[in-house]
Amino acid sequence: MSRTVSKTLAVIIALAVIAASCGNDDKTAADTMAGVTITLVTHDSFVLSDSTLQAFTAQTGVKVDVLTSGDAGTMVSQSVISAGNPLGDVMFGIDNTFLQRGLDADLFEPYVSSGLADVPDEFELDPMHRVTPIDFGDVCVNYWIDALDTAPPVDLADLTDPRFADSLVVENPETSSPGFAFLLATITRFDDWEGYWADLTANGVKVAAGWEDAYYGDFTAGGGDRPLVVSYASSPPAEVIYADPPVDTAPTGVMSDSCFRQIEFAGVLKGTSHPAAAQALIDFMLTPVFQNDVPLNMFVFPVSSRATLPQVFVDNVSVTDSPLTLDPATIESHRDEWTARWSEIVLG
Amino acid sequence: MSKAARALTVVVPAAFIVVFFAYPVANVLSTGLAGAGWRAMADLFRSSRERGIIWFTIWQAAASTIITVIVALPAAALVAGLSERHRRLVRALVTIPFVLPTVVVGGAFEGLFQRFGLDSGTFRLEATVWAILLAHVFFNYAVVVRTVGSFWAGLDNRLEEQARLLGANRWRTFAEITLPRLRPAISAAAAIVFLFSFTSFGVILILGGPRRATIETDIYRFAVTRGDLTTAASLAVVQLLAVICLVVLATALERRNPLATRQARRATRRPGRTWLWGNIAFTTLILGTPIGVLVERSLSVGNGYSLSNYSALTHRVRQLPAPALAAVGHSLVFAVIATTLAALIGGLASLVVVHGRRALSRIFDLGLTLPLGTSAVTIGFGILITLDEPPLDLRTAWIMIPIAHALVGVPFVVRTMVPVLRGIDNSLREAAAVLGATPARVRREIDLPIGARGLVVGAGFAFAVSMGEFGATSFLPRRADTITAPVALFRLLSTPGATMRGQAMALAVVLMGVVALAVAIIESARGSTEGGL
Repeated sequence: MSRTVSKTLAVIIALAVIAASCGNDDKTAADTMAGVTITLVTHDSFVLSDSTLQAFTAQTGVKVDVLTSGDAGTMVSQSVISAGNPLGDVMFGIDNTFLQRGLDADLFEPYVSSGLADVPDEFELDPMHRVTPIDFGDVCVNYWIDALDTAPPVDLADLTDPRFADSLVVENPETSSPGFAFLLATITRFDDWEGYWADLTANGVKVAAGWEDAYYGDFTAGGGDRPLVVSYASSPPAEVIYADPPVDTAPTGVMSDSCFRQIEFAGVLKGTSHPAAAQALIDFMLTPVFQNDVPLNMFVFPVSSRATLPQVFVDNVSVTDSPLTLDPATIESHRDEWTARWSEIVLG
Repeated sequence: MSKAARALTVVVPAAFIVVFFAYPVANVLSTGLAGAGWRAMADLFRSSRERGIIWFTIWQAAASTIITVIVALPAAALVAGLSERHRRLVRALVTIPFVLPTVVVGGAFEGLFQRFGLDSGTFRLEATVWAILLAHVFFNYAVVVRTVGSFWAGLDNRLEEQARLLGANRWRTFAEITLPRLRPAISAAAAIVFLFSFTSFGVILILGGPRRATIETDIYRFAVTRGDLTTAASLAVVQLLAVICLVVLATALERRNPLATRQARRATRRPGRTWLWGNIAFTTLILGTPIGVLVERSLSVGNGYSLSNYSALTHRVRQLPAPALAAVGHSLVFAVIATTLAALIGGLASLVVVHGRRALSRIFDLGLTLPLGTSAVTIGFGILITLDEPPLDLRTAWIMIPIAHALVGVPFVVRTMVPVLRGIDNSLREAAAVLGATPARVRREIDLPIGARGLVVGAGFAFAVSMGEFGATSFLPRRADTITAPVALFRLLSTPGATMRGQAMALAVVLMGVVALAVAIIESARGSTEGGL
């Protein structure tokens, strides 16, 4: 083979390689995604309108299988024990009370979504962008307006007042996520939170195992005799939407001073074989289509400033400007100590 | 039976239990204990709190078992004395409580406590161990009535007739003749009730009050809430050891067969009128009251009553990915698969337990019962980290859900079938052989129809277990598009608003109806096989 021939061959091969690799580069963006099915790992409360994920598939060609895993705590535990060989490609629904455990287990692949431009900074708890904030909800004390024979409590400290003796039911922080969030609220609010719980106990606070049990067992809503319950800021609109016979205004109110903020995040799971599609789904979660669909389905609030709230939320909720919050790392490192201490004080 | 068939009888159930239970559980326990191993176990026993929890778990399960057996035995007698048609009806009806989600029943009990002033004062039941025991009786009543009642029905009553002729009174006849002969069935039923109460979760948390904890609830607390897998695994080992001891004891009792139990001739006992109605009234009170509360709640709308909660089940609400009735459909499909699997695996395994070699028989007896006494967290997490690679990457496959249901269903089939098979009068087989029947024919014409009695009762349980989603699956991820009825019910119940709660209650009532109907159908299937006798 002459030198010119071999040179020409080399050039042709090089060009072919470049052309092929260029083609590949173009493909990774859009074409390789089409026809891909990714799995979204989430908790049992995840639900959307049918049209929402269909819109994502129409835009990107990516189909989404939804895998539900019990409550947020169970979902995170499942993902931690299967870290490295994830159950799916994207996780949705890890909140600030469990976030650190997921980060410590190195579950997520960092990704900076362009949608973050519309999200207020206060929601971005991970500076390394391993997770992206999607929605938030506040855990607050709710009261049944007609069942109170005095003015509703305003300050958390009011709950230890004899006016509210034997009136409050809370969930056990060891078995319930809102129960734990309320414990965190009191820890954030009071330096002497242990003394506060001792006072609450003396004032007849009742402890239920879970939210269903507290809200429908002991709270007025289910025929119980307690007019105060630890629930969510979004419970009053739900009471309006699912009332029978229909009502115009909610029978319950929210004590804004007691609200602890739970932020829900999504992240690309490390080990996914479809990173581009997974990232596209995170982007989609911050678009108005997804964000607007969140309140009525999951009773949480969108983080994006471009989202619009449904009227029933506007009418029945006032989201507090100064929720109680606590850093995820602090929560994770003190969880056992705090809940153990709580059990000693309240359960004896 | 040919050699190949005999081998299959052993291999199929063995493979099932090893792949879906033994290996995953061993894997998750060794992973959890890796490194810290025995030190974690020692820490556990050094903590007085944990020692207290272990002790409480054992005694509340033992107490639940004793009370359930005593309370349910009269109804078992009643079932034994009824005509075949009525017996099927009663057996289907008593299965209803068994399938109800604990959160719903817990709520019904609390409602009752409040209504009758039992939530405070001297006769307080709320948040006491009595509430736990009461609920365990409610849930497990069916186990004793069905298992013992069916066995009893097959007992030859000539011995009792002779005793009565010789002047023994009713009570003495029962105590000295009937009761000893019932022992295999009673110990089988007691073993199931014990295991169920031992691993009970929702009842302890909801009705026991916030101070109560058992090994099962603590495994959950450490594994899920605290993320401390080492302590969770140590507790799971303690649970496993306790369950092994119990099952060994129960199967030993079941084997001791003092008098020929003669599962052959069917006899009719005409129960006295007072006895009959007294029993029906008592059963209705125990099972009916909480169920009545649920029915009332499902019908109550605003200040009146209507069926609107039921008609709403056909529409999709935002909180569910499908209409609630579609969820009932998914549950039915899963339950049919799970029941088929459980009947197949459990049926084969029972043959090995009864006819197999001694060592093999013991291992099968123990191994196939263990899933019932193993924490849902242990099984779920075990499957999650074990069946996670091809060719068995089943973690997220839909088939894993009915398989996990079958895991809990198999012990029911084995425990109800084994006493029946063992009780077959050998003289029947010998007579058949003398008359020229081949061993295969003896099996087909004698063992099969009589064994089928136990099989259908066990299959009925397996069906109810699947419809009610006991254990195992709670910690497995699942596809949102195949949501099952109990999961749908939880979701409805976790949204504020009267209509959501009303629909949850209506769904519970539908679930009860479907199970009663399905169990009745399953059990009528044996009518044809029985004709041969």
